[in-house]
Amino acid sequence: MSSTTTAAAHDDHHHGPEKGLLRWIKTTNHKDIGTLYLWFSFVMLLVGGALAMGIRAELLQPGLQLFEPQFFNQLTTMHGLIMVFGAIMPAFVGLANWLIPMMVGAPDMALPRMNNWSFWILPFAGAILISTFFMEGGAPAFGWTFYAPLSTTFAPDSTDFFIFAVHLLGFSSIMGSINIIATVLNMKAPEMRLMDMPLFVWTWLITSFLLIGAMPVLAGAVTMMLTDRNFGTAFFDATGGGDPVMFQHIFWFFGHPEVYIMILPAFGIISHIIPTFARKPLFGYSSMVYATASIAFLSYIVWAHHMFLTGMPVAGELYFMYATMLIAVPTGVKVFNWVATMWKGSMTFETPMLWALSFVFLFTIGGFSGLMLGIAPADIQYHDTYFVVAHFHYVLVTGALWGIIAAVFYWLPKWTGKMYNETLGKVHFWWSLISVNVLFFPQHFLGLAGMPRRIPDYALQFADFNYISSIGAFSFGLSFLLFTYIVVDCIRNGKPADERPWPSAKGLEWTLSSPAAYHSFGEPPTRAEILAESQHS
Amino acid sequence: MAEMERKKITKGFWIKLVSVPILMFFFAYAMVPIYEVLCDITGFNGKTGTVETEQLYEVNEERIVSVSFFASTSPGFPVQFAPKVNSMEVVPGKFYTTSYIAKNTTDEMIYGQAIPSVAPTDAALYFKKLECFCFVKQGFKPNEEVEMELRFVIEPEMEERIKDVSLSYNFYKLDS
Repeated sequence: MSSTTTAAAHDDHHHGPEKGLLRWIKTTNHKDIGTLYLWFSFVMLLVGGALAMGIRAELLQPGLQLFEPQFFNQLTTMHGLIMVFGAIMPAFVGLANWLIPMMVGAPDMALPRMNNWSFWILPFAGAILISTFFMEGGAPAFGWTFYAPLSTTFAPDSTDFFIFAVHLLGFSSIMGSINIIATVLNMKAPEMRLMDMPLFVWTWLITSFLLIGAMPVLAGAVTMMLTDRNFGTAFFDATGGGDPVMFQHIFWFFGHPEVYIMILPAFGIISHIIPTFARKPLFGYSSMVYATASIAFLSYIVWAHHMFLTGMPVAGELYFMYATMLIAVPTGVKVFNWVATMWKGSMTFETPMLWALSFVFLFTIGGFSGLMLGIAPADIQYHDTYFVVAHFHYVLVTGALWGIIAAVFYWLPKWTGKMYNETLGKVHFWWSLISVNVLFFPQHFLGLAGMPRRIPDYALQFADFNYISSIGAFSFGLSFLLFTYIVVDCIRNGKPADERPWPSAKGLEWTLSSPAAYHSFGEPPTRAEILAESQHS
Repeated sequence: MAEMERKKITKGFWIKLVSVPILMFFFAYAMVPIYEVLCDITGFNGKTGTVETEQLYEVNEERIVSVSFFASTSPGFPVQFAPKVNSMEVVPGKFYTTSYIAKNTTDEMIYGQAIPSVAPTDAALYFKKLECFCFVKQGFKPNEEVEMELRFVIEPEMEERIKDVSLSYNFYKLDS
């Protein structure tokens, strides 16, 4: 579409952003929109985190202390929804906005006006979702997976607002990923070949295809819920010939690609940070690309491993078990490549590297507990216990969130032109690392001992580990105050950063000034520049 | 201008990109009939089959399968509902008749629909019914107690290893 390129050309006449609030509302600049996404997701992270503090406060001791069970269920449901759709996904889209145009030598995203729209839908969707807390009957309380008939026949009236919010969030993600695909395939420097692209760009390109394939299925599922609830259809209602188990199939057909949507971009980030601080090129660049693509493909054909207890025939359980195990192969390729990149490297341990290293270690723990859950006969014991909670928090907190925080520390000098406080960064890292393990590791033991998830009260034998876990949770929650301070302190008082603050960092973004100018790469980089900054030479 | 050297987004690319999410939205709806066909072929969801007439099967009198009957009602359905006998020993290939008893506990007319489910799911395909109260919606007069018949056969093609089959009904309330 020629209108988009003329828009970019038109922007060249300006030399900086507009002043005031309107700058942020009207902006079509990828850096502004990236910043908006990142702050939005940070606010949602704090909201979702506050809900988690409520959950852990109730679980500190056995018995009902603070909340009614119904409200506790609202807390767990909204915590999950806000963290998945409000914090993790928008944070990755924000990073993509900031970084992808700079990494591929493009002046901006391909569809800048749609970019503005896809961000500004989000605050409204988030507000609608959170407002359900204040409605009659309370917020949705059926878990973030909103299984029918809990979410259709037995749900509070606010569920219709939840459905609308999910539609909006889905629209935003789909537009965002269409934009990313168009940017990567059409706006990258003409001299840049696909296999020259940095891994963050590759993982996001593949993630975008997962998003445009999976999010519409979620939209379909919630639309069916909406018509079941209000317009007399019976997709999930057995009385009218529907089947509630079918809801789980449709949901997890979206839900399993979704978990890879939340981790693949983090894989890309780690593949940038480890080579920089190991001072070696990334080991096995092309195998990283193929492994990412294989994980993405496999993610579409394993969904029913979430449903082993729905009464599936043995043949089905076997198929989904083996297909799930298969994902360990490309994931293992990635982990071994990261380790091989560090092998005999001249490693230093600045804050981004500490986050990246602990990502490799802790994400792998989450991967292994995932393999345990994927064993169909063992899952009968583990299903819906705290073991599942421990598993997906290891992959989502110490996986996805760890990747985001690593990226913030790594690229903060490029975004702000200033250096964060390295000492405080390290203090914050060790504080987070210890508290997050105190928080989630005991949950493995609780789950194996049989403590069910989504309950406000528990048997006495679970009391000690829950107490430890809650202490870890409060400590981990507090660590985000320090994180906020470090980021704000960096923006306000940081020392000026070089254009390449990490001397051995490779990538076109490091050829730009720090902070990166409002408009970059008016002239696409040459072949020589691209090769000099490539990850694998 | 530098931008001129970059690729333009062609109309075809745009159409392809936008059509993927639109197609996937409809794919979610396509999963409904796909799921039903798959369940009809394999019996995955435990739904029972039907037979039109009392056809003759090859019968092996030695083989015995135990069939257990269960009943439940969905919340807000004030009908007492239970099988007349809790279990039967049946020979695959022979037709049997049993019944369920339902009592309306209110002074109002109530309508409901019973939904069957067979476990294990591998047996569902071979559990065939000639008559069943679940074929049509049921109306219960105030305080009425009714006996509802069920005539079924287990086809001899069912795998030999399956010795126990359970049939359960859940009664759902209908508005009229």
